[in-house]
This record gives sequence, structure tokens and C-alpha cells, in this order.
Amino acid sequence: MEIILLLFIFTLAAFLGFELIAKVPSQLHTPLMSGSNAISGITIVGAIIATGGTTNDTLATVLGFAALVLASINVVGGYLVTNRMLGMFKTKKEGK
Amino acid sequence: MREILINITYILSACLFIFGIKMLGKAETAKKGNLISSASMLIAVVATLFDRQLLNCDFAMWVLIFGGILAGSAIGWAMAKYVKMTSMPEMVALLNGFGGLASLLVGWADFQFNGANPAVNPYFYKTATILAILIGGITFTGSIYAWGKLSGKISGKAKTFSGQKTVNAAIAALCLVSSVAFVLCGNYGAAYACMIAGVVLSLALGFAAVMPIGGGDMPVVISLLNSFSGLAASAAGFVIQNNVLIVAGCLVGASGVILSVIMCKAMNRTLYNVLFSGFGATTAKGGEVKGEMKAISTDDAYYVLEAAQNVVFIPGYGMAVAQAQHAVKELATILEEKGAEVRFAIHPVAGRMPGHMNVLLAEADVPYEQLCEMQDVNPIMENVDVAIVIGANDVVNPAAAQDKSSPIYGMPIIEAYKAKTVFCLKRGQGAGFSGLVNSLFFAENTRMIYGDAKGTITDLVSKFKQS
Repeated sequence: MEIILLLFIFTLAAFLGFELIAKVPSQLHTPLMSGSNAISGITIVGAIIATGGTTNDTLATVLGFAALVLASINVVGGYLVTNRMLGMFKTKKEGK
Repeated sequence: MREILINITYILSACLFIFGIKMLGKAETAKKGNLISSASMLIAVVATLFDRQLLNCDFAMWVLIFGGILAGSAIGWAMAKYVKMTSMPEMVALLNGFGGLASLLVGWADFQFNGANPAVNPYFYKTATILAILIGGITFTGSIYAWGKLSGKISGKAKTFSGQKTVNAAIAALCLVSSVAFVLCGNYGAAYACMIAGVVLSLALGFAAVMPIGGGDMPVVISLLNSFSGLAASAAGFVIQNNVLIVAGCLVGASGVILSVIMCKAMNRTLYNVLFSGFGATTAKGGEVKGEMKAISTDDAYYVLEAAQNVVFIPGYGMAVAQAQHAVKELATILEEKGAEVRFAIHPVAGRMPGHMNVLLAEADVPYEQLCEMQDVNPIMENVDVAIVIGANDVVNPAAAQDKSSPIYGMPIIEAYKAKTVFCLKRGQGAGFSGLVNSLFFAENTRMIYGDAKGTITDLVSKFKQS
């Protein structure tokens, strides 16, 4: 049952994703991509558990730690660079 | 109780991700959306720190966890802070690759630790694990290869060799075989070996798949890899039975697919054609072109521009290479002050990633009311006095509209040839990414301005200032 539930969530999330993003102006394609790229760093959650939840298994901890560093780069780099880009989008009214 | 609280927090986090993405899709709310999504990430991370599986953590483990997060954050911060806007496609590709590799490692680490007796149905568990590994691996090496192409560390041209499709198909088939063996194999040691084979093969497949795709098709590749990095995270979510990973990863997967489809449509090509055709590897013959290219000096160009009332800039990848966006903005401001109407016409696939030109022009402070999409600018093109094409090629090639034998026939273009005068800024007389001769350059109303785009524009700007 648990498995079916997870697949159910996955399917609904897929439809939701398509609905959410179907009509984004091309202006925002890059920030959308780098912003969603940062979200894919959510695997950091798995990396934390893989690092800390694997006591007495050095290899697993090392793998988890590497994943943790990489995912943190993905998350922090992705959000900051998106923020930096969006900060540059200005309208005429806001001035220079 | 602990479990329930953590899961409720995950639900909150997932909702905030959804809001964040929704707001990211509108110009007015995009910045707030990104903040919400990052807050949501923070919430998810903090909730995870209370996970039951971390209860046995000793002090050294906590140091490891926080050390890892801090080290990664510092690197990410530095990358985001110092990256040039012109290098944005490389940056996105690289971050993508890191995300993919992280998911691969999570899958591997979990199998290393829990693989012998998983908490759920072993077939399901192993399927999720191998998917996280395969998708993550392909994302990693594919992104790294794309990063190399985009940053010029390796040639951006499509690399093809005879039998390439066979080799790639063989690698993919081996991937499939080792995955199936991994899932069905009851013996832990043997399954482990199959998993390692999966790791190696998926890494090879990522390289092999991106190799035959040329630089101009990178917008599609990057969006697709972005989608993959999300799907890898989602698969990792199935491995560790974590809803927030599944939902967030899946949202990213969907958004990447949508962007890839938009990019393909903008080129009137199928995803299959982009990924497997080796487009641009060979120089196509293209149709016969009559006439000759007529050059013009910046002096003469200045006089034409002076009289122009309606000017459209059409930027392409060449503007990014020449880093000419600030000079272009300066020229645009001068023309505006003289009373001319100025627009920027942006083709959806101009540049090396979706929206590349918008980002560069925004960096140069061009207000986004002046940025026009293709379908808005084409109807008014006949009233345009001067269209200035800066380092764009295929996206203004009239052959796409007129020449049925052309490989890019049917691709929607910016109809620059309809303008009264067209200036094409170009470094030399070579063909564009598609390897096609661009008949626009030979047109009666076209004048070529050779040389570095930034130099040419700066030159024009100084001529205006002198007068």
C-alpha cells in the first residue's frame, strides 16, 4: 500500500508541475530553469540521512557526505544565482 | 509523534515549493517565488535534521553533516557570486550535474547501508535505487560534457563518428541489462556488482548521448538535463521513502520537460531529431544563393541609423560571446533619446539556454518592455527602418520560411529580411551553427558590418556622441 501511495503522489505532482509551468513567458525561462534546478537539490534531504544515518558503515557515510556537499552546492548556488538574475529584471518605472 | 511532525513539516515544505514555482512563472512575483522556494528548502532540511535515523548520531557525525552543508554552501555561494552573466548556461549545466551526481550517491549510499534488508518490497526498492543511479549518472556526465561545450573547453560542434548510434544503443542496452539483473538478483553481493556496473554505464551513457549534439541545440539539452536532475531526486525520494523529495523532484522533472518541448517547437524539430540526428556536424550544402554580401563601414551605418525612426535589435549567441550587451544598451539609449522607437526581438532559442538573451539584456539594464517575442515583432517588421542583427544567424535565415529543401525549413524565424535596411554584425563570412549559408546576408537590403560586435557598436556609439 505504501508503495502505491508514493506512486500516487508522484503522478499527481507530475500533473501539477505541467499545469504550473505551461504558460511561463520566455522572459523568465532562464530564472525558471535555474530556480527549479535549485529545487532539484532537494536530494540534500536524502544526502543528510545518508551521511548521518549510516553509522558503522564508512563507505556509505563517505558517499553520503559527497552527496551532501554536491547537493548543497546545487541548492545554494542555484538559489543565489536565480536571485541575482531576477534582481536584474527591471521595468522602466523602477528606473536604473 | 516525531514522525508525524516531521511529515507535516514536509507537507508544508512541498506546498511552499508549489507556490514558489507558481510565482516564479510571473515577472512581478518571480523574485518572491524564488525566496519562498528557498525558504521551503530550508524548512525541509531542518525537519530532516530531526529524523529518527539521525538519533544515533554522535558529535563527529553532526560535525560531518554541518561541515558538508557549510562547505557546499560556501562553494555554491562563491560560484553564484562570481559567475559572469554571459557564463550562465555553463553555470546552470554544472549545478545540474552536481544535483544529478548527488542523487546517484544517495541511491548508492542507501543501497550500501540498507540494501541487504530494505524496509519495503525489495523489487520496488531496487527499481527506485537503480533509477536514481542511472538518471543521476546520465545527468552528471551529460551536464559536465554540456558544460565543457558551453564554456569552450571542448569544441561546441556536434561530434559524430560512424557507428555512433550503434555504440550508444549498446551502452543503453547494457544499462538496461545490468539494471534488470540488479533488481532480480537475490544475492546482495551480485546485486552490488550489477549496481556498480550501472553506475559506470550510466556515466558513459551521459557522455555518449550529449556528444553528437551541437552547441546551438544546447537550450534543449540543458532543459532536458534539468528535468532529469529532478527525476533523479524523485527516484531518490522513492529509495528513502520521502514525500518531499518525490514531489519537489517531480515538479522539476515536469518543468524541464515543458521547457524542452517549448525549445523544440521554437526550432520546428522533434526532440528525437535534436537528440539523435547529429545536427550541424556536417556542413549542409543548402540552397543556391544569388547576389553577394555587401559590406558597409560604421561611418555609413551611422548615417543610416541617424535617420532611422524605428530600430529593432536582434541579438544572438554572438552578442554573448562578444559580451556586447552593455554597448548595445548604450546605443539603444542614444537612439531612443533621438526619438527613435527601439525594440529587441528575441527568438526563443537565441543563445545557449532558454531565455539566455533576456538575462544578458536585463543585466545591461534594458527594460523588459523593450524585449519583444518573435510573434509580436514579426507583424511590425515591415515598418522597421533598421534591423540590427548581432551575432544571430539561423534564427533570421529566410531559408527557414522560403526554401523547402533547407534542413531548417519550417523553423519559425524573426523576419528581419522584411525590414527596410538590415545590418548584420558578424566576425567573418562563415556559416552559422547549422552550417547553412544564410540568404539574409546576400539580400538586397542587407549590409554586413564585419568585426567584433562590441567594437562595432562602441564605434557607432562614439560617432553619435561626437555629433
